[in-house]
Amino acid sequence: MADPMKIRAQMKGDTAEIRVLMSHPMETGQRKDNAGNLVPAHYIQSITIDVAGKRVIQGQTATSVSRNPVFGFRVKGAKAGDKVVINWVDNKGDKRTDEATIAA
Amino acid sequence: MDALRRTLLKGAGATGAIAAAIAAGVLKPSQVLAAEYNRAAFEAKDMAGALKNIGAASAADSTGIAIKAPDIAENGAVVPVDVSSSIPNTISLAVLVDKNPLPLSSAFDFANGALPEMALRLKMGQTSLVEVVAKTADGKYYRAKKEVKVTVGGCGG
Repeated sequence: MADPMKIRAQMKGDTAEIRVLMSHPMETGQRKDNAGNLVPAHYIQSITIDVAGKRVIQGQTATSVSRNPVFGFRVKGAKAGDKVVINWVDNKGDKRTDEATIAA
Repeated sequence: MDALRRTLLKGAGATGAIAAAIAAGVLKPSQVLAAEYNRAAFEAKDMAGALKNIGAASAADSTGIAIKAPDIAENGAVVPVDVSSSIPNTISLAVLVDKNPLPLSSAFDFANGALPEMALRLKMGQTSLVEVVAKTADGKYYRAKKEVKVTVGGCGG
């Protein structure tokens, strides 16, 4: 099981700023280890973000995203206190769901 | 919200074409069930293939897409990029790195108040164009690009 995501969600005016750091190796499948063997690809494929029970962001990613990916999004109309639920699934079927509350 | 999946279906011609592909043994049924992941686009090895498979082969150049990225990235493993679209009714953004072995890095759909913008960090193997494709609610595609010079590549090896 991967480490928890770090989620920061804060209101700025009528817009919530959501930043998330996911702990993931994002292996490209092209890198070789010290013994010269290819390290198999291992990367996040799917990400969803729900705010107050509504799906606001849905995306797919591949190996061109950096290791330990950081994403920033803005959601208009969200309110302080709304729950943010973020989920990812990788190409090996590992998944992780974490949540945070939007700060005022 | 299923825009990517719809694109995939459209890209395959029709569901009939997918059924034919199963019959021909090209696609395994499990892969069809997992059609949510746009494998064809993400595993395309060049820009043309990636653009075609997200349905954006004929995207028009637009100044309504802003790409904020360093002119010179010292570390290609972590290149911070901010993208946003001021094109009305943008519902989806995809970010591609022209010279990477697999150019399509990510594609996101926005709904329920999410603004069509995102910040992310890219890996870049070498100096390349970063391209952003925006899709609007009426199914039109727009693109913009910015060159980022990379002094140390980030794709390992």
